[in-house]
Amino acid sequence: MPTVSFTPALERFLKAPAATVEGATLGEALAQIFAAKPALRSYLLDDQGGLRRHVAVYVNGAPVRDRARLSDPVGARDEIYVFQALTGG
Amino acid sequence: MTDRLYVGSRKGLFELARRDGAWEIADAHFLGDPVSAVLAAADGTVHAALDLGHFGAKLWRCDGAGAWQELAAPAFPPKPDDAGDDPHPWSLGKIWALEPGGVPGRLWAGTMPGGLFRSDDDGQSWSLVETLWRRPERRQWGGVAGGEQPGISAVLVDPRDPADIRLGVSTGGVWASEDTGASWRLINEGMYAEYMPPERRTDPVAQDVHMLARCAARPEIVWCQHHNGVFRSTDAGARWGEVTAIRPSKFGFAVACHPRDPDTAWFVPATKDERRIPVDGKLVVARTRDGGRSFEPLSRGLPQRHAYDIVLRHALAVDGEGERLAFGSSSGGLWISEDGGESWTMPEARLPPIAVVRFAADEN
Repeated sequence: MPTVSFTPALERFLKAPAATVEGATLGEALAQIFAAKPALRSYLLDDQGGLRRHVAVYVNGAPVRDRARLSDPVGARDEIYVFQALTGG
Repeated sequence: MTDRLYVGSRKGLFELARRDGAWEIADAHFLGDPVSAVLAAADGTVHAALDLGHFGAKLWRCDGAGAWQELAAPAFPPKPDDAGDDPHPWSLGKIWALEPGGVPGRLWAGTMPGGLFRSDDDGQSWSLVETLWRRPERRQWGGVAGGEQPGISAVLVDPRDPADIRLGVSTGGVWASEDTGASWRLINEGMYAEYMPPERRTDPVAQDVHMLARCAARPEIVWCQHHNGVFRSTDAGARWGEVTAIRPSKFGFAVACHPRDPDTAWFVPATKDERRIPVDGKLVVARTRDGGRSFEPLSRGLPQRHAYDIVLRHALAVDGEGERLAFGSSSGGLWISEDGGESWTMPEARLPPIAVVRFAADEN
């Protein structure tokens, strides 16, 4: 089962502990996270369900490709890491 | 008269209170987060919109006892297949205007990329006003504020009739509804846009309405700070006349109208358009008390040398009496007047860039 962990930058707004989930795609994995924690969804996804522009998701150290439909496959031993794209200010 | 003032900045929401005749920062909320809109009701309720750089637009509500709670922010419905060529995203950019709807529980939110949202439960839930969003002219709205997205900068509800609404869109003209948003008309005859090709200068949808202000006691009187000038309407926005007496310049973002006197309004002019700094580095508020026939530049207490403060659309406010004013600048300057703008004082603070300044609604 893939594991999902989150940038500590989210902690200022809401709790997002790492979790082990079911799912064959990134979208399925995140859907399980959001089922347990609905408020997290709007922090990571835009209104149409794609990744927010300044949110980055890597699987095993490589950025996901399908940021709109979240269809990248994830496997049982994969590590999904959700973090913030770097922007300045 | 209200003794509470809210200042939304690039790095937090500051709450000012008047104590012993002086204004001071009484509290700070959301430190480090950009605040894009704030609304403070007379009962102590405060709504604050955040524009988090990474994690999107958020909405929070503070009850009268001081406890903050996050609410669901306005969200667009799923983008239909036939909207594929829509130039604007079906996703909330930021909440730019938060206004009371004139009946208990109703709020309006004007947003980027140009969606108007309505709540009837004090912000707990929101729905897109699709009658406006699906208007074909909406696709002609242009981006503002350094971005690609248009924004609804002003939502003005007639205090006598909550069904009567005017919107200012930057860039997209002035819109009117007389049926609580069930239908909309593009109005604003008489404005012109210097930045457009000649054949489209008077096109209503091409008008960059930086900000509108409506007189509470005489809602048919509406003032506009437009991209290339000041305009005034005496028929609730249908027809506009240019106010050419504005000094020291006609460019600016903000406008405030006296709540009872429709002939009194305040502006904060700047050198147009390419430079966007106060004229000659002197920060002044331009006030008219005769309906725009003449203006006084008010400068007492404001910096008159090397001031490069710009006052954005929502960063000039007047209270319900028309005597107290406040404005904040893109450089973090904050000035408050208690005498209709004659003189200004600066609270002891060095603030982040300010996007919005708002008095709490009057308690009476």
